[in-house]
Amino acid sequence: MKRLWLPGGFVALILLLALAAPLLGLPDPLRQDIAHRLAGPMPGSWLGRDEFGRDVLSRLIWGARTSLAVAFASALTAGAVGVVLGLIGGWGRGIGSVLSVRSVDIILCFPPVLLALLVVTLMGPGAATLIFVLSVLYLPGFARVTQAEVLSVRGRDYVEATRALGARTWYLLLRTVLPNIAGPILVQLSLAVAAAVVLESGLSFLGLGVVPPAPSWGLMIRGARATMEQAPLLLVWPCAALTLTILAMNLLCDALRDVVDPRTAGR
Amino acid sequence: MTGVWLAHRILVAFFLAWIVATIVFLALHMVPGDPAELLLSTGGVSPDPAAVAELREKLGLDQPVLLQYGGFLAGLMRGDFGNSLVDDYPVLHEIGLRLPRTLELILAGTLLAIAIGMPAGVYAALHRGGRFDRAASWITALLLAIPVFVVGTLLVLLFAQTLKIMPAGGFVPLTQDPAQHFKLLALPAVAIAKGLAAVLFRMTRAAMLDALANDYVRTARAKGLAPTRVLVVHVLRNALNPVVTVLGLQMGALLGGTVLVEYVFNWPGLSTPLLRAVEARDYPMVVGIVLTISVLFLLINLVVELLHAALDPRIGAR
Repeated sequence: MKRLWLPGGFVALILLLALAAPLLGLPDPLRQDIAHRLAGPMPGSWLGRDEFGRDVLSRLIWGARTSLAVAFASALTAGAVGVVLGLIGGWGRGIGSVLSVRSVDIILCFPPVLLALLVVTLMGPGAATLIFVLSVLYLPGFARVTQAEVLSVRGRDYVEATRALGARTWYLLLRTVLPNIAGPILVQLSLAVAAAVVLESGLSFLGLGVVPPAPSWGLMIRGARATMEQAPLLLVWPCAALTLTILAMNLLCDALRDVVDPRTAGR
Repeated sequence: MTGVWLAHRILVAFFLAWIVATIVFLALHMVPGDPAELLLSTGGVSPDPAAVAELREKLGLDQPVLLQYGGFLAGLMRGDFGNSLVDDYPVLHEIGLRLPRTLELILAGTLLAIAIGMPAGVYAALHRGGRFDRAASWITALLLAIPVFVVGTLLVLLFAQTLKIMPAGGFVPLTQDPAQHFKLLALPAVAIAKGLAAVLFRMTRAAMLDALANDYVRTARAKGLAPTRVLVVHVLRNALNPVVTVLGLQMGALLGGTVLVEYVFNWPGLSTPLLRAVEARDYPMVVGIVLTISVLFLLINLVVELLHAALDPRIGAR
């Protein structure tokens, strides 16, 4: 349990900052000020200004908002659809239920970035495309985990008892089975959020994710690459923010997994 | 490794390649609206109907879907990916030119990751809880957290921009200047290797600890075998299997990472035309490259499976 606090606290802090971004009295992350282009730290802009004179700190915090919104939206969508498919695949018998999980496995035949690029070609870049493609990519993980967990609890006495009481199948699945397999699904959700942050930043870095001028960590790194010579720190801030966030999320995932499945702890 | 098993694996790989090609084909046709119109429209301005009709004919979109699908598959069989919409050049030509460079990068990165990750994992498992083990576990956590394009960008910032001891990126053919070729290969290979090395380290360490706990290891030691022999024949041989599995699973992430790394270091592999094509919505080029890399991914996984069977005779015999 102790290992949960530090990364959990850090992730909570980032979430809070991202949620409270409009309330923090930050300068407008989109307002350009060419006179102070690449300016160093100054009053009102603790981390200086970027290549268009926009406030770096403000863009970092608003960028967290963009990244996390995309990551959570896609992980939750993938989770909702994947869990339903997994419930069908784990509970039902017959070809339909097998196909419900197997068919999404096809997604795993593609390297994720390549599938994302294919979808961006067809749908055009933007947050909506990102959320769609990321939720497709993380679907198989949820379907598989849910199916495996349902298979392991479906024969338990409490499930049998609820069924004997005459509960309808969907009631049984949602009220009896689902709460008992929520742990591993939660772990999967945290993994998907962390992975989505990585992929979103990568696509934005390539200029094919979040559309400028919206702030995003990947876009900030992309922009700062051109002015690396004059302002190396501009590159360091978004890199550090991204890496620390993912590190905290990964540690939180590990800690969550240990809580959910104590057998893996101490490995 | 029985012949039947081998044939089965190869058939499955072919089947998956077919599925992948079908999905790519369907993806274009599932997009709402007319692909040709979509490809030609820029910034909400609706394109010239004549141009749309011409492009529809060129792409074969005026034919029934099933016929298009058949033509698409037949083209793939012949190795014909169509022509680029931007410069009308055969897609296959561009892929043939650039694929070897991407493969070189992947190979260099994988070998580097194996050379660092596995010995480090063995050492950490043998000295469990020691200083190296603890330090390495933190370094791996950091390596796994830092995205591949961030590593690449920071490597450029550190070695090319600040220390000025390495070139920032580019490419020189091996035949032209071997020394410079490998110098330019070094940083991208390190960037690609970082994640895989970390995963291999973790997996090797865990598999070694599992293997070390087995009774047959104790027996081997008890009967007085030399420690190196116990390590190589009894522990490593058995620890290698899960490590090979993980190597296969990681290849998808590695291939995606290669796209980003090539971009960061201006390595003229497949990612340059791919990204250009995605921006220009050059549909045949994107499809050609995505299919090439996806089939490469399937092939690598087939090789991993064969390697698996070679390491563990029980698998092929099933």
